[in-house]
Amino acid sequence: MKTYENTGNKDTRSGFGAGLTELGKNNPDVVALCADLTGSLKMDEFKANHPDRFFQVGIAEANMIGLAAGMTIGGKIPFTGTFANFSTGRVYDQIRQSVAYSGKNVKICASHAGITLGEDGATHQILEDLGLMKMLPGMTVINTCDFNQTKAATLAVAAYNGPVYLRFGRPKVANFTPENQTFEIGKALHLQDGTDVSIIATGHLVWEALEAAKTLHEKGISAEVINIHTIKPLDEEAIINSAKKTGCVVTAEEHNFLGGLGESVARTLAQHHPTPQEFVATQDTFGESGTPAQLMEKYGLNAKSIVEKAEKAISRK
Amino acid sequence: MSSTQQLNDFVTQVRRDILRQVHAVNSGHPGGSLGCAEFFSVLYQEVMKASTDFDMDGKEEDLFFLSNGHISPVYYSVLARSGYFPVEELNTFRKINTRLQGHPTTHEGLPGIRIASGSLGQGMSVALGAALTKKLNGDEHLVYSLHGDGELQEGQNWEAIMYAGSHGVDNLIATVDYNKKQIDGATDDVLPLGDLRKKFEAFDWDVVEVEKGNDIDQLRNAFKEAKSKVGNKKPVLILMHTEMGNGVDFMMNTHAWHGKAPNDEQLESALAQNPETLGDY
Repeated sequence: MKTYENTGNKDTRSGFGAGLTELGKNNPDVVALCADLTGSLKMDEFKANHPDRFFQVGIAEANMIGLAAGMTIGGKIPFTGTFANFSTGRVYDQIRQSVAYSGKNVKICASHAGITLGEDGATHQILEDLGLMKMLPGMTVINTCDFNQTKAATLAVAAYNGPVYLRFGRPKVANFTPENQTFEIGKALHLQDGTDVSIIATGHLVWEALEAAKTLHEKGISAEVINIHTIKPLDEEAIINSAKKTGCVVTAEEHNFLGGLGESVARTLAQHHPTPQEFVATQDTFGESGTPAQLMEKYGLNAKSIVEKAEKAISRK
Repeated sequence: MSSTQQLNDFVTQVRRDILRQVHAVNSGHPGGSLGCAEFFSVLYQEVMKASTDFDMDGKEEDLFFLSNGHISPVYYSVLARSGYFPVEELNTFRKINTRLQGHPTTHEGLPGIRIASGSLGQGMSVALGAALTKKLNGDEHLVYSLHGDGELQEGQNWEAIMYAGSHGVDNLIATVDYNKKQIDGATDDVLPLGDLRKKFEAFDWDVVEVEKGNDIDQLRNAFKEAKSKVGNKKPVLILMHTEMGNGVDFMMNTHAWHGKAPNDEQLESALAQNPETLGDY
């Protein structure tokens, strides 16, 4: 088994902030817009370095998305920043018409996604955003797993021409992606080779998948772990090849099982290589208040749950 | 600048184009389109400094954004007759595989269109964003936009109006088509808009009011006055009183023709009131 070193827990949103700071220095076309959450989105440094390219729009997310769409006309690359709930559900029609259908080069950057937002509760814990965004034609959907990967993704989406939804979160989680790893949009990362079960994970659940693989290894089960940082376009080849090798799949995500990565994987396999699959995801429910760890435990979004689902998937082969 | 007669002829032909487009597919929105025929004609024929050699970024030229996308027939007619695409293409309006979709879009690559519109209330933000980029680029050209009055019931407008006013975005000239009608009836009956001039002024906009928005000379003067106000740390609104269905007697003074096409007899009558000037497509 490969070993992955956690170089210290860090929040993925800070990876975004670090990436944005770097973009500010290297790409004069990058502009940033924020709806009254500059500190939460870690956009302070960009704002301080480039006050002329930072746009505080106030608590007005619909206008922020429209402004960003308009700002692309003339060559700017706008990055919008607010919580995932207010980045998607609140402004779905604005994104649909002014960004996606209009094919605008807007980067919708969403923090505090999922249940690990914690104590604020269900009003702020969106578990439907991946589904909402992946259904939009032409939208690239990215959900990064740690600080380093989020920083690299932030740089990568600036270099890509087209609308992107970049999802990250609030809690400090293991940082294990090599610092200088290039982020390739749409390319899955093979983290562990295995033969008994494929664990296909995204976002905060990738580290949990690596932990689960260790536990499974101790039980004599060989688990393959794939990091799907890009939900769309999905690296179907990586998924199909892994399913062919192991014969069963567990998907893991901090999202509703309706509309998330799991469904994208299920569709891919149904079309190309029908395979037993288990889902680590929320079960069509809203979240609630609690610490991130308590919520991950209560809603079955951790390594323990991945191990259980892996054993179940293997039993269905 | 064209002569008034030339521009009148242009407007008459645009009316014919609007009527013939919606009649051909028995769908579309003639009322608001006719009400803005003079606005589009003056804007594209005389006011805007823009190239028909279309480039999405539109650097170093004036830009226009249509927020109330349902009046696409007038937009398409004026774009075609201003040289953005062949006039014959008006034949394809709302038909399968057309670039002239029911509501304007960039998706099929129609020259002249820079944003999709149709779902209402989004164009003010987009125009404002484009205006901000012009400022960042040191581009002194202007951004124009058009909005329906009923459309101002959408809250996003007021987010954008607040932003533009509080930040003094003064390279934007937005126009409201103030015909006081919407699908379900008079705006006063559906959801009253109140005193729009005072509302915009309260949001720190300069307001230029046009009493007769279907009068070419009044429009010319309004644009002239609006342009004299740009660069004064305030966005500019043209509050343009218009007559929905203007130029066709039975389509005026009613909201009935918002989204209804004329039948064969009605078309004949409407076209007879607007004789061919520049040649039908």
